Amino acid sequence: MPGLDDLYREIILDHYRSPRNRGELPTPPADVAEGVNPLCGDELRVFLIVNEGRITDIKVSGQGCSISQSSASMMSSIVKGKTIGEARAVLATFKGMMNGHGHDLDGVESDTETVTSPPIKLGDLEALSGVVKFPVRIKCATLAWNTLDQLLDRASPGGTSS
Amino acid sequence: MTLDVAAIRRDFPLLSHLVDGKPIVYLDSANSSQKPQQVIDAMVRFMSDDYAPINRSAYHLAAHATDIYENARDKVARFINAAHSHEIIFTKNATESLNLIAQSWGRSNLQRGDIVLLTHMEHHANIVPWHMLAAEIGITLRWVPITADGLLDLSNLDNLLDGAKAFSFTAMSNVLGTINPVRHLCDRAHAAGAVAIVDACQYVPHNPTDVQALGADLMVFSSHKMCGPTGVGIVWGRTELLEAMPPFLGGGNMIVDVRIDGFTCAPLPAKFEAGTPPIVEVVGLGAAVDYLESIGMTAIRDHERELTAYALGQLTDRYGDGITIHGSRNIELRGGTISFALGNIHPHDVSQVLDQSNVYVRAGHHCAKPLMRELGVGATARASLYLYNDHNDVDALVDALALASDLFAF
Repeated sequence: MPGLDDLYREIILDHYRSPRNRGELPTPPADVAEGVNPLCGDELRVFLIVNEGRITDIKVSGQGCSISQSSASMMSSIVKGKTIGEARAVLATFKGMMNGHGHDLDGVESDTETVTSPPIKLGDLEALSGVVKFPVRIKCATLAWNTLDQLLDRASPGGTSS
Repeated sequence: MTLDVAAIRRDFPLLSHLVDGKPIVYLDSANSSQKPQQVIDAMVRFMSDDYAPINRSAYHLAAHATDIYENARDKVARFINAAHSHEIIFTKNATESLNLIAQSWGRSNLQRGDIVLLTHMEHHANIVPWHMLAAEIGITLRWVPITADGLLDLSNLDNLLDGAKAFSFTAMSNVLGTINPVRHLCDRAHAAGAVAIVDACQYVPHNPTDVQALGADLMVFSSHKMCGPTGVGIVWGRTELLEAMPPFLGGGNMIVDVRIDGFTCAPLPAKFEAGTPPIVEVVGLGAAVDYLESIGMTAIRDHERELTAYALGQLTDRYGDGITIHGSRNIELRGGTISFALGNIHPHDVSQVLDQSNVYVRAGHHCAKPLMRELGVGATARASLYLYNDHNDVDALVDALALASDLFAF
């Protein structure tokens, strides 16, 4: 059995203790989407402001476990200031890490070019790689990202990372 | 009398397994119970020596298999003191049982504007089928609230029941462990002219059950929570009520005649058992009933009462204000299903840490989101006790929680 150290790394606990970009934004100008994990009841809301194709502000509210909350905190930190294309690339890379292969979580093969040749630095997010050893928790880690995905689609319908 | 838990544990092969060299502490029986060798053997024996389709073939083996299946129905009827075996209907699970009641009884007895009374401590299975009827035919749902200590708040019950056609409620909460006063609630329902429907999924596995003494009209429960296999739910109903209800699922076995212009229903219980039933699983359920009766339901309830008191005491002694136990502390008003919050540590994280000690609890909303909202939480951790649990299991839980407390101490 993998140990708890694989899951609860210090950087994860730090983001859980002190979540970044916590709160809400007025809508409009922000767009908001809700993510729910029906298995455990975790609910979070992601608020996003996009100006000229760039994420200028992001906030996260809601409740959840240490994995979902820290992942949301890290997500908000890394995508803030990025273009929609750059955010999509991070999202694809993160999802690739969560399934370990380059298949996204819906089982559909994702853009392997994006996944396998990562110029993208995941930084703190690398700490979440241990979650893969705890399959039940992958949905916790991806909750904020799937919610972001909805917002990016709305901000740039049909857009791609290129 | 006290149970010989050491002997009981030897009946459950999974409980003797070691994971990473350590024993399993199974505290998730409210979710699903473990299975004794007696049940496993009965199912294997039936498939090895007696298996044949039931109810339709003339050869000897099929008749013999039918006898074994019907014998299991007799056992279940006796177990809950039903007046007749044909009052026992086998479904695929208790959720289907409640859907059968909502669809069959509900659609034939309820009209737009009619009132069905539920409670805030219901499982989704006793909520969503009624929501579906509300969307379909426009019935109105009312709700009995709960008190601060996790009991039903009956102070306004007469008003809530006024004009209600049905009162559908849980006999024992799958979250709080609260044992509701079923006889009293059935009497109050009847006094108001309402049909009393009881979700007894958490009650039947842990308490002596006498449906006639409880005074219910319809009741559901589940095989897999009472040492039986998955795949079987039960509806019990009073004969006259079941006879007046239309069939739920249509097909083979539930008819005496089918013509190009219609069909004629079979009598009970076949009317509600369309298609090939879970034959092997029903035989396993019969063996589970035998097993529980050999131990004694009163002895099981007494054991769980003592163990629940021990668990509540140990959790409080060790963690004091650091632990919130949702539900009543009165051991006479509750069973061994204990929902708790350890500080502000998320239940998922609690159960993850407990898993490292092989302590298996459920974390989540327990299919009771309206209740979660009443409690003001998104989820709880839940440890649930059964006949095979002992003080060692409780001690392991209490010790393992310290790991979570340490890891998330901030």
